[in-house]
Amino acid sequence: MIPRWLYAPAAVGAAFVLLPLVAIAARVEWTDLFDLVTSQASKDALWLSLRTSAIATLLCLLFGTPMAVVLARTSFPGQGVVRSLVLLPLVLPPVVGGIALLYTFGRRGLLGHELDVLGLQVAFSTTAVVLAQTFVAMPFLVVSIEGALRTAGQRYEVAAASLGARPTTVFRRVTLPLVLPGLVSGAVLAFARSLGEFGATITFAGSLQGVTRTLPLEIYQLRETDVDAAVALSLVLVVVAVLVIGLARQGRSAA
Amino acid sequence: MNLRFEAVVADRGVDVTLDVADGETLAVLGPNGAGKSTLLEVAAGLLRPDRGRVTLDDRELTAPGTFVPTHDRRIAMLAQDPLLFPHLTVLENVAFGPRSRGAGRRDAHAAARHWLGEVGAADLADRRPGQVSGGQAQRVALARALAADPVLLLLDEPMAALDVAVLPALRQTLRRVLAGRTVVLVTHDVLDALLLADRVVVLEGGRVVEAGPTAAVLERPRSAFAARIAGLNLVSGSWRDGAVGGVRGIPVGPEPASGAPAVAVFRPSAVSVFREAPGGSPRNSLPVTVTDLEPRGDQVRIRADHLAADVTVQSAAELDLAPGTPVVFAVKASEVAVYGT
Amino acid sequence: MTRRARGVLLGISLAVLALPSASCGSDDETGGGTTTLTVYAAASLTSTFEEIGRRFEAEHDGVQVKFSFGGSSDLVAQIQNGAPADVFASADTANMDKLVAAGLDGGDPQDFATNVLEIAVPPGNPADVHSFQDLAGPDVKVVVCAPEVPCGAATSQVAQRAGVTVHPVSEEQSVTDVLGKVTSGEADAGVVYVTDVLAAGDSVDGIEFPESAEVVNTYPIAPVEGTDDPDLAREFIELVLGDAGQHILQDAGFGQP
Repeated sequence: MIPRWLYAPAAVGAAFVLLPLVAIAARVEWTDLFDLVTSQASKDALWLSLRTSAIATLLCLLFGTPMAVVLARTSFPGQGVVRSLVLLPLVLPPVVGGIALLYTFGRRGLLGHELDVLGLQVAFSTTAVVLAQTFVAMPFLVVSIEGALRTAGQRYEVAAASLGARPTTVFRRVTLPLVLPGLVSGAVLAFARSLGEFGATITFAGSLQGVTRTLPLEIYQLRETDVDAAVALSLVLVVVAVLVIGLARQGRSAA
Repeated sequence: MNLRFEAVVADRGVDVTLDVADGETLAVLGPNGAGKSTLLEVAAGLLRPDRGRVTLDDRELTAPGTFVPTHDRRIAMLAQDPLLFPHLTVLENVAFGPRSRGAGRRDAHAAARHWLGEVGAADLADRRPGQVSGGQAQRVALARALAADPVLLLLDEPMAALDVAVLPALRQTLRRVLAGRTVVLVTHDVLDALLLADRVVVLEGGRVVEAGPTAAVLERPRSAFAARIAGLNLVSGSWRDGAVGGVRGIPVGPEPASGAPAVAVFRPSAVSVFREAPGGSPRNSLPVTVTDLEPRGDQVRIRADHLAADVTVQSAAELDLAPGTPVVFAVKASEVAVYGT
Repeated sequence: MTRRARGVLLGISLAVLALPSASCGSDDETGGGTTTLTVYAAASLTSTFEEIGRRFEAEHDGVQVKFSFGGSSDLVAQIQNGAPADVFASADTANMDKLVAAGLDGGDPQDFATNVLEIAVPPGNPADVHSFQDLAGPDVKVVVCAPEVPCGAATSQVAQRAGVTVHPVSEEQSVTDVLGKVTSGEADAGVVYVTDVLAAGDSVDGIEFPESAEVVNTYPIAPVEGTDDPDLAREFIELVLGDAGQHILQDAGFGQP
């Protein structure tokens, strides 16, 4: 039922997105692929990326889920503004996020002195990487769960309350299971965003092998000196991204 | 448990006062937007009235400075949509109330099985909500509400969304399990009111316009809405010279004083329909315009303005009626009951 | 796919590709009858080359100088991929060698400036750094360039000559990143070029160290093969190498080759 001519621009659009991926695959030195992606530096970067992204996703779940519930289920003055601000990292250039984090958690930042007193040094640490990733990934989770909450509506929660369930019981036994698919796809997206985080990390956390040099930073670094390795690692990230999208889709279709 | 209820919700134009006696089922009737849902929301603690008081026995649930949260009111709700939790089995759904009130899994499951048995849904225990029919789901939802051991049950048009075929059996079940309970039943089905309710109140425009025992209200409706669901024609006006609003009739009970507000009520089957006013007839002649024709068994109900007439299919055919046709409704004064309001 | 359909698809693709270039192209037209000289130069040359460019424009009527500043290796890569550069000024000889090896030099490269390393510290020097040896202190947060980029390679060489092992908290991709970490106060010290310290003004203090003289970075410049206007490119290079250009460079802290 769609006009046939739509296929042509649609195909151009698809090609525009897909061709660069094909180009990466075409550029990869397949015979050396294994050696390229298993150098010590690459393994360190991959392991660091997976670890920090997992922790960042966990933090997003811990703080983003309650945030989504508050945004979806309550109303208070200025809520629209709060929602927009919370979602700001979605559209903010990551490097700006990095600068903002620097002036919050950095040595001379808003909380720098307090953190120093507590003996916490955030800058140049793996913690900084996790903070940067959490900052950019949080909105993905909040948007996903808030959407699921709004779709589910409050009727089940009201029914549960009228059966005598306290708010905590309702949240645990009704709300969370109902939005589980949204929660899973949100977590997967947040993980993917964390894995790909570059701008905020390089601005805020620096770049040191095994400590703060995540996979994207390693690729950026290798691009100067070892293009083959950079391309090979890029392929790794592409594969991970494809897997993540597949997972998120599955989560959504289960909803 | 008796319920005393008074609430004013200004922005919805609702100002309702009513009581439900211990063990009584009260049917709340009224057109859409009359304030029925608002009433239930206030009772369930989902809405704070601007003014008012909800008391269940001696316990104040809603009062100035008091607002008991929904989960602590012991008021269960059953809505049009069964709202079974989709991630739990039928048994777990019914056990949800007992579990939430602190029962152990074993006790909660035992209670759930008992109530599933009571509503005739014992064999559904292990199914998922997605695997049961609409009527079955509503039975399960009823069991779930009862298992929560409520002191007051709020039913919000529980059968409005169901297939007509399953209604009689479900009504029987409701009649059995509601007996002796304190219940508020919102409905616009006259059968529900007749079979399940001891008393009815009619809401219109956010106010109680009529209240009384079900049979009395349906036999002698004083409001247009009650008359409509009772299937009766109602003309309201003042009683003057043996007529209400130009319709002559026989007063039942004490005759209203001249000029006092009164209603004239008559059955659609008592109405004869003519294309031209019959000359010299002693009957009431009401010129109207046909709005709708509706087959009812071997009869046709002719709706005209706010009145209705039942005629045989043959007469309808002979009259050659269509919406917009001007006709005359004629009814004998002896068929018209008049009473004061 | 039919031939006609393929033709339509190709047409649309070309149209799509033409859109952005058409809109960019209109920019170039604004100068009317002017000639444009495009110079690709290392990021550390930004302020000096902009000044030289203004002087060049003043001396050449109807000529507009456009710059693309960036990391030298990025610039070489872009030129190799067909970027329309007329002149290339590199921050090190290695990247100029890459251009030559690719046969893209439109004339012999000539050295026009040198640069040496210096330690940049936040104002007030909180970690009390006074020598290259101090950078090895356990409590000093040092940020350097990654060994893969020119400033990092130079830093490694100095460290080796000085016999000092520095444990940086971060190996940055560019001098700018190193400087950023120092100006924000996150790092106690960063190893950058003399010119960067000067350009940063009051936001950092510079600490000179004698070992820097042993590792001198040389900046070569060359016209790019295939330039539309080889004479104009040559004249620009002459300006850089001449007294006026050298004066500007030395004011900014660059040394004479």
